[in-house]
Amino acid sequence: MNYQMVVGLEVHVELSTKSKIFCSCTTEFGGEPNTHVCPVCSGMPGVLPVLNKKVVDFAIRAGLATNCEITRYNKFDRKNYFYPDLPKAYQVSQLYLPICRNGKVEIDVNGEKKYIGIHEIHMEEDAGKLVHDPWDDCTLVDYNRCGVPLLEIVSEPDFRSADEVIAYLTKLRETMMYLGVSDCKMQEGSMRADVNISVMPVGSNKFGTRTEMKNMNSFKAIYKAINYEAQRQIELLESGGVVTQETRRWDDNKDASFAMRSKENAQDYRYFPEPDLLPIEISDEWIQNTVDNMPELPEAKRARYIKEFGLSEYDASVITAERQVAYIFEDATKICGKPKEVCNYVMGELMRLMSETGTLAEELEMDPAKIAQIIELVTSGKINRTAAKEVFEAVFKENVDPDKYIEEHDLVMVDNSDEVEAIITKVINDNPKSIEDLKAGKAKARGFLVGQTMKALKGKANPQTVNKILDEKLAEIL
Amino acid sequence: MMEFTNKTALEIGQMIKNKEVSSVEVTKDMLQNIKARDEKVNAFVTVFEEDALKQAEEVQAKIDSGELNSPLAGVPMGIKDNICTKDRLTTCGSKMLYNFKPPYNAAVTDKLEKAGAVVLGKLNMDEFAMGGSTETSYFGSTGNPWDVTRVPGGSSGGSAAAVAAEEVTYALGSDTGGSIRQPCSFCGVSGIKPTYGAVSRYGLVAFASSLDQIGPVGRDIKDCAEVLSVISGHDPKDSTSVKRPVFDFSSCFDGDLKGMKIGIPTNYFGKGLDEDVKKPVLEAAETLKKLGAEIEEFEMNIVDYAIPAYYVLACAEASSNLSRYDGIKYGYRKRDCEDLMEVYLTSRSEGFGMEVKRRIMLGSFVLSSGYYDAYYNKSLKVRGLIKKSFDEAFEKYDMILSPVAPTTAYKIGENSSDPLKMYLGDIYTVSVNLAGIPAVSVPCGFGAEGMPVGMQLIGNAFEESKLVKAAYAFQKATDFHTKKPEMVKGGNN
Repeated sequence: MNYQMVVGLEVHVELSTKSKIFCSCTTEFGGEPNTHVCPVCSGMPGVLPVLNKKVVDFAIRAGLATNCEITRYNKFDRKNYFYPDLPKAYQVSQLYLPICRNGKVEIDVNGEKKYIGIHEIHMEEDAGKLVHDPWDDCTLVDYNRCGVPLLEIVSEPDFRSADEVIAYLTKLRETMMYLGVSDCKMQEGSMRADVNISVMPVGSNKFGTRTEMKNMNSFKAIYKAINYEAQRQIELLESGGVVTQETRRWDDNKDASFAMRSKENAQDYRYFPEPDLLPIEISDEWIQNTVDNMPELPEAKRARYIKEFGLSEYDASVITAERQVAYIFEDATKICGKPKEVCNYVMGELMRLMSETGTLAEELEMDPAKIAQIIELVTSGKINRTAAKEVFEAVFKENVDPDKYIEEHDLVMVDNSDEVEAIITKVINDNPKSIEDLKAGKAKARGFLVGQTMKALKGKANPQTVNKILDEKLAEIL
Repeated sequence: MMEFTNKTALEIGQMIKNKEVSSVEVTKDMLQNIKARDEKVNAFVTVFEEDALKQAEEVQAKIDSGELNSPLAGVPMGIKDNICTKDRLTTCGSKMLYNFKPPYNAAVTDKLEKAGAVVLGKLNMDEFAMGGSTETSYFGSTGNPWDVTRVPGGSSGGSAAAVAAEEVTYALGSDTGGSIRQPCSFCGVSGIKPTYGAVSRYGLVAFASSLDQIGPVGRDIKDCAEVLSVISGHDPKDSTSVKRPVFDFSSCFDGDLKGMKIGIPTNYFGKGLDEDVKKPVLEAAETLKKLGAEIEEFEMNIVDYAIPAYYVLACAEASSNLSRYDGIKYGYRKRDCEDLMEVYLTSRSEGFGMEVKRRIMLGSFVLSSGYYDAYYNKSLKVRGLIKKSFDEAFEKYDMILSPVAPTTAYKIGENSSDPLKMYLGDIYTVSVNLAGIPAVSVPCGFGAEGMPVGMQLIGNAFEESKLVKAAYAFQKATDFHTKKPEMVKGGNN
């Protein structure tokens, strides 16, 4: 029998607000254990949460970008369970009235377009982290991450292949980064997914029993895990077995998933409305304000780059793949007004340097004004392209001032025609053979004279000036 | 040494201001009272002797320099032990928090200390405020100063007993289902349960978040009103605290009740109410009438459902609020456990007392999947209906007069093995918390065995001033609130 996989995703995105969801502690990643904590996020007795409004702003943004309905009257609920990384023993989340519902996201797999439904998006708080200390054989808890705001984006079970899942995750990540709501750093866990998967005979519309793999934070692992798990379920069914509803753990080192806990042992979270927080009422103004301040999303950007700047479709998609790169491109273009030049430097120099140095887009600190400055220096004839590359690299690595740098490194082109003329006269006098060749009609010899001149000027001569003076001189001789 | 019997907190504050006495002298006097009486009363869990004297000196210096001139500056008081006091023990009457010193003050502690309060210590209570007799405290039951073999009521039993025994001039309590009003009734003192949201809950260790409210306990309603005006007002740290100015009761003390309409719900005076209580409360109605109020009887049937709805909702919230006491971060922890589950199970089994465990189990049950609608949701609906019937009543009346509790103070141990009987003791108070409205409890007489009886005046949301006005007029016309238990009358000798 042929089988069809059915996948649904719950994606957790950590929001890049400055402070946590219910207190003023920083959300910064890392830090010494338990230094980004206060009585509120560490769940001390008697403390109360105060909602960070920015979290709601970000949730509305995410909802609008994924075509959701915004729930005008939404509430927080408590999800109760015991675990040492959860200091209150409940997570403040949204069960009954989540902030966004009924959205959809368009994906494109090898040219085939498809919509993935968004069941809901809700706001919640992150938990802390347990760290096992093998030296003392004890487990320690770090509450730094406690109370970092999260959006949980719950899809409908609309995926039918691992490729669709990856296309969706890529799109979602790109969207969230462009919205500025999350940096989506997979390696730091600021984007992670729970994958629900089942299989059914092709043509059937009755879903099979599903299993779940939680907290996956690499696209590669997700891709492998989905295909592995679908295959495992198919083989199980083919051999007469049944799939049990359970949570499984993907082991990336062993390329296999293992059962963790079954449905019978599933927790009863005893959800109920959070009495310490008031319901959130979202007004028309609030939504309109969000719409008005919505950053341009990648698709719109690509279309605009092609139309407004005349970039090719390929160039536009390379530049918009990372938000930070697109912003650098746009800002530099705004300053110098030369989109194609900027595009060349970004796609050539910037991306080369990023890959050579292993710099991620979100870590980029390249000042767009300096890129514009370098382009100005080239087009005004002050430096040539070789020198420009050198300056670009220095700006990338050390954030130097281009003007200062070209002075200090003697890269300014010689535009003084007296100096160039003197050198050319000397080159002509030193190379009588070339003059003879020229007289004999061997045009190639001219190139040699240009080369000698450039060499004497250490490559910083303006080629136009050199050509002009050389032509004048040769005209006198020939 | 001077005695401050018959003096209210405001009067003592005035004496300090007039330099008739210093804050340190009053504080020493109160500490003396505590030493002499608290062995019997056990109103205190912790006495901050050194801290209080130091605080009194500092406050006195500020009064002398003119920096502090609030009416309560320099006056010593006590705080219920579920209200956080920075770096000072806050136990909630539980073994679970026997060693807990919060690194922060409750908002109310901050406000009072800023106004020059001298904190004598922390007052006994039912464990995590669960109970009506202060018998569930891990630190032993509190005796009623009128008869130490009887309970002082609860859960703010320590607060009411300390005021009655004059171990403090006034106290803070908390009221989730009657926990300020009922002990005030049992101990012959005055108290206010404010409108939900009037006083910040930040730093009040939560029992049932949607019902808890901090309020004052004092020798008369005027003291209580003054304390409430200090502790009320919006707090950005409590999202449920309402954005409105602090209370101003200055126009409440004229003693005139002309034009005031008071409703008496007949359902509150039926079966289950002791004659001992019924008589003084109905007499109080007559007194109020003489003072110019119009009294009218009316029906309020929905209140019969208040007890079950209250216990479902309060226990549900409590089961979640008390989950954080898991032995991991602070408080009691069973040592040498084999694994995490054992840490949880033994720390919580040994750290919590019976009543708390009973309510956690009840609350976990009503929230569990399959039962949520039948219990929690249904109770929410009842809560809505109760609120509605109060709204309707306040269209006709300025306030409602009722008993506080069906009985006077009973003997220690008498009801402690019968939780249902205990719960029914809350019958006249819980609906006020469900509706989120204010109520006061003031002394209105004595039962056959000489135990005090209180009456309850219930008002519409944020209409505390009406209640204060009526209670003040009543106290001006009567002397129940000035009566002292024997142990106080006799002094410390």
